[in-house]
Amino acid sequence: MLKYIIRRLLHMIPVILIISIVIFGIVKMAPGDPVGTNLDPKATAEQRAAERARLGLDKPLPVQYWNWLTRSVKGDFGDSYIYKKPVSDVVPNFIWNTFLLNVVDFILAFLISIPIGIICAVKQYSKTDNFWTVFSIIGISMPSFFFGLLLIYIFSVKLNAFPINGMVTPGKNATGWAHIKDVMHHIFLPALVLVIGSMASLVRYTRTSMLEVINQDYIRTARSKGLSEKVVIYKHAFRNALIPIMTIIGFWIPGLFSGAVILETTFVWPGIGNVMMDAISARDYNLIMALNMFFALLTLLGNLLADIGYALVDPRIKVE
Amino acid sequence: MGNLLEVQDLRTYFYTDDGVVKAVDGVNFSVEAGKTIGIVGESGCGKSITAMSILRLIPDPPGKIVSGKIMFNGEDLTKVSDEKIRHIRGNDISMIFQEPMTSLNPVFTVGFQIMEALMLHQNLDESEARKKAIEMLKLVGIPRAEKIVDEYPHQLSGGMRQRVMIAMAVSCQPKLLIADEPTTALDVTIQAQILELMNDLKNKLNTSIMLITHDLGVVAEMSDHVVVMYSGKIVEDAPVDELFKNPRHPYTIGLMNSIPSLIEEGKRLESISGSVPNPLYLPKGCYFHPRCKFATDECRKGQPSLREIAPGHKVSCFRAEEVTK
Amino acid sequence: MTEKNIKNKTENKAPNKSNGLDSKEIKEEEQVILTPWKLVLRKFKKNKVAVAGMIIFSIMVFLALFAPILTPYDPYTMDFSQVNQPPSKAHLMGTDELGRDYLTRILYGGRVSMQVGLFAVIIEIIIGALVGGLAGYYGGWVDNLLMRIVEIFMAFPFLPIAITISAVIGPEVAPEKRMYIMMFIIGLLSWGGLARMIRGQILSLREQEFIQAAKALGIRDSRIIWKHLIPNTLGYIIVSATLGMAGAIMSEAGLSFLGLGVTPPVPTWGNLVQNARDIYVLKNRVWLWLPPGVAIFFAVMSINLFGDGLRDAIDPKSK
Repeated sequence: MLKYIIRRLLHMIPVILIISIVIFGIVKMAPGDPVGTNLDPKATAEQRAAERARLGLDKPLPVQYWNWLTRSVKGDFGDSYIYKKPVSDVVPNFIWNTFLLNVVDFILAFLISIPIGIICAVKQYSKTDNFWTVFSIIGISMPSFFFGLLLIYIFSVKLNAFPINGMVTPGKNATGWAHIKDVMHHIFLPALVLVIGSMASLVRYTRTSMLEVINQDYIRTARSKGLSEKVVIYKHAFRNALIPIMTIIGFWIPGLFSGAVILETTFVWPGIGNVMMDAISARDYNLIMALNMFFALLTLLGNLLADIGYALVDPRIKVE
Repeated sequence: MGNLLEVQDLRTYFYTDDGVVKAVDGVNFSVEAGKTIGIVGESGCGKSITAMSILRLIPDPPGKIVSGKIMFNGEDLTKVSDEKIRHIRGNDISMIFQEPMTSLNPVFTVGFQIMEALMLHQNLDESEARKKAIEMLKLVGIPRAEKIVDEYPHQLSGGMRQRVMIAMAVSCQPKLLIADEPTTALDVTIQAQILELMNDLKNKLNTSIMLITHDLGVVAEMSDHVVVMYSGKIVEDAPVDELFKNPRHPYTIGLMNSIPSLIEEGKRLESISGSVPNPLYLPKGCYFHPRCKFATDECRKGQPSLREIAPGHKVSCFRAEEVTK
Repeated sequence: MTEKNIKNKTENKAPNKSNGLDSKEIKEEEQVILTPWKLVLRKFKKNKVAVAGMIIFSIMVFLALFAPILTPYDPYTMDFSQVNQPPSKAHLMGTDELGRDYLTRILYGGRVSMQVGLFAVIIEIIIGALVGGLAGYYGGWVDNLLMRIVEIFMAFPFLPIAITISAVIGPEVAPEKRMYIMMFIIGLLSWGGLARMIRGQILSLREQEFIQAAKALGIRDSRIIWKHLIPNTLGYIIVSATLGMAGAIMSEAGLSFLGLGVTPPVPTWGNLVQNARDIYVLKNRVWLWLPPGVAIFFAVMSINLFGDGLRDAIDPKSK
């Protein structure tokens, strides 16, 4: 298994390199002079040239790319224009905020969806199943930003039950338990949007997976041995249905650090997705490149974890 | 020896969107203790459904045991509680299936799957069950049982998997073993080994066997008594020698004539013309009459029932006395 | 064979073999033989929800296509005397901050949103089917190379890259042109999944005997691909296209909501909902953001229902 992981990681390197070239290329295609943004508009030509040299922008593109790449690997992504600090200082805080939101989604979504999915499969076409089918269709068809706006309108604006946006009440500076309550108050609506979206696909996925398993011959064998229906469904069937679900879990884990840009923007949640939007708006190229690389890396790790998860639960898979 | 199992007028129907499928439509037969009964017929004649009805393994919906009795140990299996039938499954009556490749759970070890029945029905703890499981694997002729017990089904061949299925089924020493086409998916040489194993176990453990198959050769070799099914009904019921010497139903005769024999040279293989009727559109009168050489008006109008034409030999045909090979 | 000969041949049909069945059974034997597509159609029609989805979507397409006829207004004409009016008889959906009739904006927005969705999917299919088909059919190094490329494309996180590209292209680009750019961005970033699926399909079809028979008969590769393999994957392509269109509409809506998709004054449902990012509008001018949001929802949902129903109908294992 370890050999497999190492092989996959090595395999990822050329992919990451190509992605980095593409990202670098895209960002460099942006019109406008990045030097001008940092300086006083009244700067002289020499000052501009000096700044350009300082930022390494006078060198040919491949060299610039190489410099950026080698520095990035060491953790130096340059300075963020917005925050006037190194990117590596700025980003971690926001990642934690995103992680918090995603973890709430992850835990709730799985805890609720899997039992429901199992029941829907066992009682196929019953009223319960039909209800959740409708729920799933609505859930995956509803744009997250629109749903978020609706919830804000109903619960924040009209009912005043939850704050409109943000993670903490501005100016509150609470600590300890009061702070936690404040955050929980703020996290409720965005988490609700995320959880419902996740449930829509997870319930469906679990149901499909269980249905495929329930009709297999070995389930009939289990029943013919005299095992109770509970054991047949929750042990024999579910253990097999778990296999594809593990791939989802595997994929999701790196995703915990990746913020949904649209959702965080809608709720002004101070996470990594929101920062991405800010960086784009402000043309903060260092931040933009670093964040894109980060998200791409998370996707690749997700693929790897999904495959590992699969191999862990399915004894038929041999990883070499 | 008395009757271990008596099936009385069993009817199992399937209610589908396209109509009612009468998979088993009035079936009567009995199984004697310590004997092997063969149930023969083509695909779709209802033999598997009959077997599954005994253990109440019919998926409901869309299937249902509509009427009839299955008497075992003085109780009607169609009416006992769910708990009771689960107690009987794998314990008093066991079943093995046709596809060894898919009948074992791929994520549990072979040993675990055998141990489950033992721990459930015989209240053994894990280590005792494991010992017994290894014993069972040896009993069914699996070499290196101590290693195999921890392996997964996909690591074994088809023949080995079927042996594991048999081990699982006989582990609690059932009185009746139902084998639904146990060798159809296996190579001919393996087939012979498995059948021999089953016979062996029958003698050792005094288990009755209900062998379901479409292969007359297997039937001739293994059974003491034979029941021939067609379109959900029994058409002939006789001791094995009598059946092969003196078949009296046109369908049985047709089946036997369609087997190439190494002994009779030069005779053309006869096939039964037509095909098995669509269970949704069964013919009026005797279900077999459209394909029957001997059919008369009487056959087209009414349905015959099983009647005894010789001791122990029952046939469901209006013209049984005149029908010959 | 000349036409005359063919005609003669069909007229010399042999009479039906009688095999002792009485008339009732013969009728049953003459059941209509359904072609695979007819079977799909029949299964689909039984699925009422899917049919409903198809109808709803057709209505929306109709409204979008005939928008110019259905509304007397033009989506760009501003009328500063009628700024921010709630719905009334004159303006059924009210007006926006520049006095434009909102119902018109929504209808035309539908045209843009659905066009972007449609063309993005067409791009996806063309690239995806080509790559997947070639990879699956030729195997070997072609397959390896193409699948590496797919892997790289699929590693790009959709939204971050899409907004980066969109921002890089800059606000200099005319809003009308942006529509086409969005089609390309969405299409180019989304074809990977389809390529993989088609490759898988072709790989399994390739080993089936009818393809081996074709090869044994000496039929050219291109003909095998065109006449034998692609029709068998067509079902999956159609389903992917349908569901892909729903996704493309969602993506465009999201990007436009962020201001990085199609930009005003060109209306799209996404950038119409964008109005609600202003809390005041969210609270007091519900007519500005609720209808376009609902429109996105209904469009995506109806396509999903239709696509799901289509998928079930094409699946040979379903009833």
